[in-house]
Amino acid sequence: MMAVGWAYSETVKDHFMQPRNVLEDEEAFEADGRGLTGNVRCGDEMLVVIKVDEPSGTIADCKWRTFGCASAIASTSVLSEMGKGMRLADAYRVTARDVQRELGGLPEHKVHCSVLGDKALRQAINDYYRRAGLEEKIEQESERIVCQCMSVSDYEIEQAVLEGARTLYELQEMTKVSTVCGECEGEVTELIEFYQNKHFSEV
Amino acid sequence: MSRPVYMDNNATTPLHPQVRETLVEALDIFGNPSSLHGLGRTARQRVEEARQEVAAFLGASPDEIIFMGSGSEANNTVLSIVTCPSGACSLAADGANEIVTSTIEHPCILESVKCLEERGLTVRYVNVDSDGKIDLDEYKSVVSERTSLVSVMLANNEIGTIQDVRMLAGIAHEYGAQFHTDAVQAVGTVPVDVRELDVDFLTVSAHKMYGPKGVGALMVRKGVPFCPLIRGGHQEKGRRAGTENTLGISGFGKAAEMRALEMKAEEPRLREMRERLRDGIRDRIPDVRIVGHPTDCLPNTLNVTFDGAEGESILLYLDLAGIAVSTGSACASGSLEPSHVLLATGLPMECAHGSIRISLGRENTMDDVTYVLDTLPGVIERIRAMSTTYQRRAA
Repeated sequence: MMAVGWAYSETVKDHFMQPRNVLEDEEAFEADGRGLTGNVRCGDEMLVVIKVDEPSGTIADCKWRTFGCASAIASTSVLSEMGKGMRLADAYRVTARDVQRELGGLPEHKVHCSVLGDKALRQAINDYYRRAGLEEKIEQESERIVCQCMSVSDYEIEQAVLEGARTLYELQEMTKVSTVCGECEGEVTELIEFYQNKHFSEV
Repeated sequence: MSRPVYMDNNATTPLHPQVRETLVEALDIFGNPSSLHGLGRTARQRVEEARQEVAAFLGASPDEIIFMGSGSEANNTVLSIVTCPSGACSLAADGANEIVTSTIEHPCILESVKCLEERGLTVRYVNVDSDGKIDLDEYKSVVSERTSLVSVMLANNEIGTIQDVRMLAGIAHEYGAQFHTDAVQAVGTVPVDVRELDVDFLTVSAHKMYGPKGVGALMVRKGVPFCPLIRGGHQEKGRRAGTENTLGISGFGKAAEMRALEMKAEEPRLREMRERLRDGIRDRIPDVRIVGHPTDCLPNTLNVTFDGAEGESILLYLDLAGIAVSTGSACASGSLEPSHVLLATGLPMECAHGSIRISLGRENTMDDVTYVLDTLPGVIERIRAMSTTYQRRAA
């Protein structure tokens, strides 16, 4: 009997079967910036390292390592391809949703497996700025993780509100915020109101 | 080169060819077993023959067997009795209203008792040791006159550990409590006799023993209080309403008959394959842990964790090589927590994410084992090479 389909999109399968830009020898790579995020205890951990072409301010090379499932592996792999050649400022703006789009979508319950790569990339970029003495360029230092379980920051909540989220439920649909322990629910509800007022209130 | 190797028999089993034959033949038996005419009587006969087969296989009498829609339904039914306030059938009639269970039960037990807890009943959860065996001292300390029901599984579906149910039931009975065992994973792989185990309720499912899905049974020992979960019909002597699944039940009966003939001879073969797998994995792959009791364990079940590799990735790479197994990783389950069974054995969370369960069945051969042993080391090496947490050891 033939098995049908696969659990994920063809792009996910492709990147899972043939991961691009895996960091094989960290010492030899001599990274300009390094970002590690996630937690093995939670089942996902991602390391992203970058080399920067200083004159152009672009990412010259981007490699990674991941402890995680197929969608975590594929999303870091695809992210490394997206990041190469990108201007640092643009790479900083890559979101988990961009990665998901690039992958041709992920099943609902696997979305949280793709939310770490872009964070690791931002960390790597900030790390580069720090090493290069460009502290003033470090963006979103104020970015703060609100939902510890799903690793969702206030910045992402703001973006989701900008994209149309108005209720906790809608926000959960988009970011998975507050879908595990629920401890941040009150704060998240307040933030939705705050960002809604900030961007949409008619004064 | 990939070829299909099915080693996920604890999830479900393929139909035994003879069960399949029975099912095909039974497709045309459409009469309602409750009808008095000939077509009804034909169906009734099928159901009762199957009941005899299942009862005989479990060492029970036929009128102690209630056919149900699944093992989960049987487990839910047992737990629903505890809350029934009627003196006639309630296990809690004399004021005993505590339930004792283990931390490694199937979710259909754990979620049901949690629901009872929310309704005010007291539930005592007994822990297990690193091999998955019930902590006997703890068990003895929580079972008391207040206990109305104890529910402990016979064999665990994830790690294969077999509990000493006879002894646990004996202790429960000393305090006048009833004893239920979820034997879904054990029946069909190891001999199970309800009298020998001395249990009051026992759950079994057809699709774990080469029968069809959608049919299970609950053994209720004669004289034990009982109350149906599904009401509104006289079927199963009023103990489970709903027109009997003649087709499924016929297949279940045949499955029990075939297991009775084949199971014993199969056991040493399963054991040998599992040992070959276990030793082969240990020899070929560094940093692995085997979870499960070394001797009191299902002969077909092997649970292995690989440091630095995540279970869903292992599963999917094996799947691409044509090998079907399952994992205790959170990522494969849709939840964020890895297997509660592995965590209950004290396995650290990061290891529990990297577990796979290999469960053998009657169709597996030594060639399958060799193929898995040839494939698995490469898969693990590949995953570890891109893992954040596993640095390849110097060659």
